[in-house]
Amino acid sequence: MSLISVDHVSKRFPLPDGKGEFTVLDGVSLTVRAGEVVALLGRSGSGKSTLLRIMSGLIRPSQGAVSSNGVPLRGANPNLAMVFQSFALLPWLTVQDNVELGLAARHVDRSERRERALKAIDIVGLDGFESAYPKELSGGMKQRVGFARAFVLEPEVLFMDEPFSALDVLTAENLRGEIDDLWNAGTFPSKSILIVTHNIEEAVYLADRVVILGSKPGRIRGELPINLPRPHDRSHPRFKVLVDYIYAAMTNPDIEVSAEIGAGRAEPSVVQATLSPFARPLPHVRVGGISGLLELIVEKGEDIDDIPVLAERLQLAVDDLLPLLDAAVMLGFAQVANGDVRLTPVGRDFATTTILRSKDLFRQQAMAHIPVLNAIVLTLREKANGAMRSDFFLGIWDDYFPIEEAERQLATAVDWGRYGELFEYDAGEGRLYLPS
Amino acid sequence: MKPLPLPEPLRRGSFGWPDLAVMLAVLTLLGLVAHLGSGAMVSFQPPDVSPTISLDPRNLPEYAGRSSLRMFIALGCSTLFTLIYGSIAAHNRRAERLLVPLLDILQSVPVLGFLSITVTGFIALFPGSLLGLEAASIFAIFTSQVWNMTFSFYQSLRTVPKELIEATTLYRLSRWQRFTRLEVPSAAIPLLWNAMMSFGGGWFFVAASEAISVLNQDYTLPGIGSYVAAAVAAEDLAALGWAIATMVVVILLVDQLFWRPLVAWSDKFRLEQSSSGDAPQSWVYDLLTAARVPSLLAQTLSPAFEALDRLMSHLLGTVGDDAVEPETPRDDRLYNLALLLGIGALLTWLVHFVLVTVGITEVATAFRLGVHTLGRVTILLLLATLIWTPIGVAIGFNPRLARLLQPLVQLLASFPANFIFPFATVFFIRTHVSIDWGSILLMALGAQWYILFNSIAGAQTIPSDLREMADDVGLSGVQRWRKLIIPGIFSAWVTGGVTASGGAWNASIVSEVVSWGGTTLRANGLGAYIAQATSAGDWPRIALGIGMMSVFVVGINRLLWRPLYDLAERKYQL
Repeated sequence: MSLISVDHVSKRFPLPDGKGEFTVLDGVSLTVRAGEVVALLGRSGSGKSTLLRIMSGLIRPSQGAVSSNGVPLRGANPNLAMVFQSFALLPWLTVQDNVELGLAARHVDRSERRERALKAIDIVGLDGFESAYPKELSGGMKQRVGFARAFVLEPEVLFMDEPFSALDVLTAENLRGEIDDLWNAGTFPSKSILIVTHNIEEAVYLADRVVILGSKPGRIRGELPINLPRPHDRSHPRFKVLVDYIYAAMTNPDIEVSAEIGAGRAEPSVVQATLSPFARPLPHVRVGGISGLLELIVEKGEDIDDIPVLAERLQLAVDDLLPLLDAAVMLGFAQVANGDVRLTPVGRDFATTTILRSKDLFRQQAMAHIPVLNAIVLTLREKANGAMRSDFFLGIWDDYFPIEEAERQLATAVDWGRYGELFEYDAGEGRLYLPS
Repeated sequence: MKPLPLPEPLRRGSFGWPDLAVMLAVLTLLGLVAHLGSGAMVSFQPPDVSPTISLDPRNLPEYAGRSSLRMFIALGCSTLFTLIYGSIAAHNRRAERLLVPLLDILQSVPVLGFLSITVTGFIALFPGSLLGLEAASIFAIFTSQVWNMTFSFYQSLRTVPKELIEATTLYRLSRWQRFTRLEVPSAAIPLLWNAMMSFGGGWFFVAASEAISVLNQDYTLPGIGSYVAAAVAAEDLAALGWAIATMVVVILLVDQLFWRPLVAWSDKFRLEQSSSGDAPQSWVYDLLTAARVPSLLAQTLSPAFEALDRLMSHLLGTVGDDAVEPETPRDDRLYNLALLLGIGALLTWLVHFVLVTVGITEVATAFRLGVHTLGRVTILLLLATLIWTPIGVAIGFNPRLARLLQPLVQLLASFPANFIFPFATVFFIRTHVSIDWGSILLMALGAQWYILFNSIAGAQTIPSDLREMADDVGLSGVQRWRKLIIPGIFSAWVTGGVTASGGAWNASIVSEVVSWGGTTLRANGLGAYIAQATSAGDWPRIALGIGMMSVFVVGINRLLWRPLYDLAERKYQL
């Protein structure tokens, strides 16, 4: 039975100054059925949080239909409850009052409210803390309150927006396990779960089905049924194969994701050559981060590393690790294939040499492989005084990205340009100029 | 520091002495309010029957009480207005486009210039009763304190964390529930601080509005302000001394009995999810929490609150269904056009009115006078900065001194400067100092404290490791100021400067014309121009004066303070 479904949903935001639109989601169709746990997995920019908010009725799609129990959705969906990344507790209400919030909104009787809230607090293991204020609780306990507040409504579907990503590793592991236990025991207060995450292991561990979203614009690349007995055993060979496969898929946007694992292979893409240098986004990482990552790979002895293993060793979430890998690949310092990362000779040199030489190497690679930095340097050389207002470049980025993203692109380009001594930036005057 | 026994043993018994104290206090308060309020009901038939002020100091408590009552009524009105206006501005995109710029302008309009308009209006509204004058005075206080409260509330509503809004939407809270459980609590602390500041500033206006001559008619409203006015007319320095002492006592009492408990209570509305280091303390708040009566009362009333919650939720509806309003650019353009046309028509009419009745030369005169006053405000700001910034920084760098002096500075900032004016006037008369220069000192009496206050606050925000670094690398004297202190306190100084400049413009209306007994000193400036037009009842000149002053204030805010503020935000944020 379909509880919530979206049909060919797109979401576009207008760019400022009427410069067209920026597409966040493009033609997404997805159905959440009773009795299943679905995970939405995607890198930042894949619109996974936007999709979650469209399905919950918080945002209206630009195109396409959203329905709940077969009825078109208007406004906030009353059949679901959400657990938020930042907990979203009201600091001036006690645990009890926070949990009662949704019941008070439905004008449930005072005594019944108390009783149901106490039951929910009991389920999440917080009895004894009813009269505490959120600021007295640890992060894990705050999120337990978040779960209790959702459970008390007994919603048909429970939405979780990266519920464990604000917690430390051990607390997250503990709480994740308890939620999974509740689900497996059949005492879970809702019929299905939709979880948004960027943690691949978490998705495979919790979900019956993992939906992988692609970036720019956000779209569904494919979905994988997990097909393991619950609770999912992390040491099961299929578990590892699935995690490896998803890593491979997420590091290479050209792989076609299909249920037949390993069926899809990368097709080299040639379409990007004609794009403007400013249309290809820079990954938002610092140069120091790139060289740090490469150094860690070099230190391990070989020049090759398994990405899931690397992620676990560094305790880095996908959203932190993948942009670093992207940048290393863009600069020609590394190659990524089949879930492995391999350093190139110049990458190895970059990671191990002195700071001065590494700057030279970076400058050389950036001029050769990063068209946008090349374009900026050429523009500056055109000018007699070798300087240009940053607004000029921001304007070009603005044609391809929303203004916040354009500003971040500029900030990243400035960081890279400064590191490679390609150009300098005066924040006070907002000017880029060639080093004298 | 808790002067009370532990609340626990008291809770077990039914009533303890805190309950007795609370109930006695409530009864006393009710009695006082009833007594003071009845004073407003006496007959009033100007110009024949008008209240007189007795200079006997024994009457001062009563006068101070009546002035305070006005202050609190105005505060209540301001709060109500703030909650409604701020909510509408924050939730209705179209209303926002009109309401927020309007707020910006109203904030810059000299409140005292309005008195003439409001006094005549309110007296006509309540014929034969003092209520008209009361209302005019309350309205003057209201207009002096409401705008920045409203602005603060609006700003808070715009910055409520997005996930909290999403949570309240998804959990289907009604508009009323969102307002009472999310919006008001998250705005409470900044709103309270702004209310406190505004209330302090309000004493100045209560004093100015109680004794006023409008349209060639002297109006007197019994209160501490009119007591001062009567003392000035009688050249009675001793009575003035008594008034000042009373004022100090009143400010301290209000702080201890009203603001401190509120600040202590509001600490729970902090948005940070972790507990703060030192929570504000108040013995009144401790007394209230130790007593059983308040919690019993809350319990008894809770069905009533539930019913209210239901009723208001029903009336105002749920947020969920229209949280996602579709954009209609065409309608928006039409709305903007209508708005612009309306504003244009209003401005044309105003300009036409002024030009037809007084002529273009009068406008030039008003502008010239405005430049005079601008010169005074500028000199004042420069002098106040030169004198008070070093002192403020010295205080701010010394935590012990800051703790000791902060209450004193706060008291000085909320003490109505116009109580001191008579002393300065006597001084000017005796020493033959021209009021053209003397009025700068008068304006400074109220405005300078903002510079001092903010210098202290700014210096306190400079991290101690930066100061240690400066000592370590041997920065001293001018270098230390240029590299560390000036950039460090710059944002705070800008905030202080805006407030001081606004306050000085407003104060110019009462400080460019001052009297002592039969002698009146009149400076050459826009403030004196407005004051003169007001007492003569010359409507076109009142409008021209107020308009011109607003143009000056708005212009300076736009051309000077806004860019400085942006600079502070961009470059000197610590």
